[in-house]
Amino acid sequence: MSSLTEVARAAPFDVARLRQDFPILARAVHGAPLVYLDNAATTQKPRAVLDTLARYYAEQNANIHRGVYLLSEQATAAYEAARSKVQRFLNAAEAREVVFTRNSTEAINLVAQTFGRQTVGPGDEVLISHMEHHSNIVPWQMLCEEKGAKLRVAPINDAGELLLDEFEKLLGPRTKLVAVVHLSNSLGTINPVATIVQLAHKQGVPVLIDGSQAAYHMKVDVQALDCDFYAVTGHKLYGPTGIGALYGKGTLLDQMPPYQGGGDMISSVTFEKTTYNVVPHKFEAGTPNIAGAIGLGAAVDYVTSVGFDRIAAHERALLTYGTEALSEVPGLRLVGTARKKASILSFVIEGVHPHDIGTIVDSKGVAIRTGHHCCQPVMDRFRIPATARASIAMYNTREEIDTLVGALVRVRDMFG
Amino acid sequence: MDLRELYQEVILDHNRRPRNFRALEDANRRADGHNPLCGDRLSLYLKMDGDVIRDVGFQGSGCAISKASASLMTDAVKGRTLAEARRLFERFHRLVTDDTYVPDVDELGKLAVFSGVREYPVRVKCASLAWHTLRAAMEARGETISTE
Repeated sequence: MSSLTEVARAAPFDVARLRQDFPILARAVHGAPLVYLDNAATTQKPRAVLDTLARYYAEQNANIHRGVYLLSEQATAAYEAARSKVQRFLNAAEAREVVFTRNSTEAINLVAQTFGRQTVGPGDEVLISHMEHHSNIVPWQMLCEEKGAKLRVAPINDAGELLLDEFEKLLGPRTKLVAVVHLSNSLGTINPVATIVQLAHKQGVPVLIDGSQAAYHMKVDVQALDCDFYAVTGHKLYGPTGIGALYGKGTLLDQMPPYQGGGDMISSVTFEKTTYNVVPHKFEAGTPNIAGAIGLGAAVDYVTSVGFDRIAAHERALLTYGTEALSEVPGLRLVGTARKKASILSFVIEGVHPHDIGTIVDSKGVAIRTGHHCCQPVMDRFRIPATARASIAMYNTREEIDTLVGALVRVRDMFG
Repeated sequence: MDLRELYQEVILDHNRRPRNFRALEDANRRADGHNPLCGDRLSLYLKMDGDVIRDVGFQGSGCAISKASASLMTDAVKGRTLAEARRLFERFHRLVTDDTYVPDVDELGKLAVFSGVREYPVRVKCASLAWHTLRAAMEARGETISTE
């Protein structure tokens, strides 16, 4: 590592300086500075990503994998370079193990409809947890219904932690796949995914991990985890919307049938017989979100340059600060209090519906999410219709938490 | 845009102490309303006497706007004919969706406080759930109503 990088890494986390990289953070909302605390829904984008997207369309745009002219070669190289960036970001063994998708939801659907259809049969079981996002529930429900298989759900405790013993009990001879979230978007719980993979593999069961939230809060190493599939989405990773990635072990991806049919995923086409392209192209039909992939590459570069050690330390301090500050608001109860959690502050206030909380804090410029966060089973389990959720990212500050708390006290006053 | 325009004292009061907040044992018309995405739900009970709404009650849970709207609605339609209630529905619907509409305060009475909802399009479905549910009850339709 060069001495310049060492100096940069050793420097204290200058969040004010970092915020300047994100133009939207200078916005005003209802006459107040934007306090953006809905990062679990989507993150804001650094200028490096915005410039990359603009430059792509202004100077580099061409379709990929097809042309023999320079512009197409360069666009192809940039797209494939982005794939390698995601590979390194997740520490996958090979770039071909990274399939670009539209988002995590598509990545999970891809596995369900190819690997799932191939592997799961009548009477088999798919094991998920009670805290999953709908995107890691519904594709499996659809698969189980189609195949006459059963969806089993590992329970969570009142703190929002997965009950590992119960999970292990549910791993049986008919279990064909485990699908579990790394970091819960509604509770903030970080699941012991390395242990989950070990337990599942002991029984010969492959594991898909939904890394949508985890990937921008912590360093993910898919080889160390030894997971079989890992899904990420670009727009939560400070990248553009419309791009995500599925990591899959090469040996598995090779054996899986194609997902969508069309151009690029083929090797040769006749009306009598069509042969398919190699992995990852087999799973990337049609013209992809080229700009999105290249933008995601720029986002990955940016996050890497800031460094997960510093990001995680900053976010952890804010989470602790925010947890204490929110606990002081009369009538406020935190939902999701796992010992290992990150970023997410989900809460309810007695006598005040989350919708009303959201509208009132919005008038102070504060953006939080209210609702079931695509986790209706979690809401049912805690017997609430919805929560209000603030979620922290690298550019948030203590002052912003203070503004949120001030707005919540206003809510409390208004509702008595 | 002052939040007070939406969360007026009347609305906060009706949220805190909703009127007619009970099931009617002798109801002869019933309907349910549910907005699953935001969690507002209500059950509406009507006791019809000919074409007059003799009594009305509701149960349910949801945001302050939806609860206050249901409460004020029940007060407004009690003792009215079906035709009068339908007219109020039309007026209320315009009130919360059409920003060129100047409310007739004599006709709408306390319902006029919901004029502020026009500025908060995301919350229109909260305010109108009770009214759409009422219409379903009046028309004796079977299915659960949603304004999403």
